[in-house]
Amino acid sequence: MTTTSASTASAGVFDDITASESSLRRFLHGLPGVDQVGAEARAAGLGTRSIKTTAKSFAIDLAIRMVDLTTLEGADTHGKVRALASKAMRPDPADPTCPMTAAVCVYPDMVATAKQTLGTSGVHVAAVATAFPSGRAALDIKLADTRDAVEAGADEIDMVIDRGAFLSGRYLDVHDEIVAVKQACGPAHLKVIFETGELQTYDNVRRASWLAMMAGAHFIKTSTGKVQPAATLPVTLVMLEAVRDFREQTGQMVGVKPAGGIRTTKDAIKYLVMVNEIAGPDWLDPDWFRFGASTLLNDLLMQRTKMVTGRYSGPDYFTLD
Amino acid sequence: MARIDVKKTYKLYIGGEFPRSESGRTYVVNDAQGNLLANAAQASRKDARDAVVAARKAFGGWSSRTAYNRGQVVYRIAEVLEGRRDQFVAELRASEGVTAAKANTFVDAAIDRLVWYAGWADKITQVVSSANPVAGPFFNISAPEPTGVVAVVAPSGPLLGLVSVVAPAIVTGNTCVVIASEAHPLTAITLGEVMATSDLPGGVVNLLTGSAAEIAPWLASHMDVNGIDLTGVTDPDLATSLEVAAADNLKRVRRAPEAPVDWLATPGIDRLTDWLETKTVWHPIGV
Repeated sequence: MTTTSASTASAGVFDDITASESSLRRFLHGLPGVDQVGAEARAAGLGTRSIKTTAKSFAIDLAIRMVDLTTLEGADTHGKVRALASKAMRPDPADPTCPMTAAVCVYPDMVATAKQTLGTSGVHVAAVATAFPSGRAALDIKLADTRDAVEAGADEIDMVIDRGAFLSGRYLDVHDEIVAVKQACGPAHLKVIFETGELQTYDNVRRASWLAMMAGAHFIKTSTGKVQPAATLPVTLVMLEAVRDFREQTGQMVGVKPAGGIRTTKDAIKYLVMVNEIAGPDWLDPDWFRFGASTLLNDLLMQRTKMVTGRYSGPDYFTLD
Repeated sequence: MARIDVKKTYKLYIGGEFPRSESGRTYVVNDAQGNLLANAAQASRKDARDAVVAARKAFGGWSSRTAYNRGQVVYRIAEVLEGRRDQFVAELRASEGVTAAKANTFVDAAIDRLVWYAGWADKITQVVSSANPVAGPFFNISAPEPTGVVAVVAPSGPLLGLVSVVAPAIVTGNTCVVIASEAHPLTAITLGEVMATSDLPGGVVNLLTGSAAEIAPWLASHMDVNGIDLTGVTDPDLATSLEVAAADNLKRVRRAPEAPVDWLATPGIDRLTDWLETKTVWHPIGV
């Protein structure tokens, strides 16, 4: 199967569907429903796989390469962002073989600071824009927020959808907003956050996934990390099925990013097993699958150290943030 | 119709809960005559890992309590133990084959030992701290602080020996992961039940049953363990290898005793000071 990046846009393929509110609704509500019990059982079943020794080493290094090292606090300072960026480039200073993370994820006003520290290291800067985390602002403010982040040097933009519009059935508004933000992104990649904790049902997660992919998202992302529940295995499973089906239909690959609540290596490996089994090995790459996390990285590093040295490590030997 | 016995399942005590071993393993525990007494959980290295995580989690809260409060909690363990003395007497008689009088002596001594260490909780600071004379315009004060997470290889005395090594570690504000005597693990788990019902926060004491030779090396090399007590290690080669492994992160080590210990004798304060660090503060004298 030939695969193209979503950046070449899905122009044409879905024009009929996204032409009007009613055709879009007909399409989204015509998607097959998610078997809730089945999805949860499948996710739980995949979580029982035993990953050991060399496979575990591979999974840990891959997971580190997939981490979007995140700090999204009101109390963030330039110093903290610089420290985080340094950590992203060299997660384990004691071990030069430890890979870099995929990106650091910050608020737009911190992008320049992160970019300055990261330089040409290859670690991307992702910025949350569009009135993150609630998304409650006028469109022009959201677009200005996005342009601001891109001008400051962001390589990736994490936008939130308008959940109010989505839940009240104004799908076209949500679609057009994603299209507008994508345009404002220019060369930057666009990740679309659904905040699945607020979408109530797996059916809605499936609809939101298709909606975002038709609007041209490069990545679909579960949550902001500010709402409980954040990322869960079944929700991610539904999204992985959506990107798999989307590629079958259009030949375009879309990435998936679970964010929030993934704190242990064990959790991360469960996600990787699911990626491999549901979407396929093509997605086992930082370009197509990411973890939005902050504390996860330290646990991955501790496990990595344990694999290398043969003794258990402790949090004393890694930075707090 | 004869009533069916309700057999007790002996599990581990980790983080205030009683989980089975992660490995699913058990081993047979015999009484003094060699007859089956019960099956005990055989802890694996992963149970030890979980126990260290639980102990680390509990350390912040436990160490920041006042010494007075820690003394009260340890005294409370003695109270609850007193209330279940018959059970402990019966268990000691079954597992060690001692007479009722002897078992009673051990239970009495264990309760008294807890009370004795509970009393030390808010007094040890006065004994080992000091205001130091220095040649400069400074107050110079030294005060003890708990070491952190302490791994304990408990001696074979199933109740008194165990209490005598655990009480001093926790009363000073440390949390501990204990490998109970392999031959007599049942009393340790029953003691865990006493602790679980006596105001002791979960994770302050974690009890593992199984092979010390299997589990102790993982605790000795564990970078998040701050001290290790080798009192129950009888094999000198194992003791040496544990000390070597413990050197990697400069753990405090209490070495295995050279001669058998008389647990009935009144202890000194060395088991308290073994798990205390000395913090010295230089403070300028005001203008």
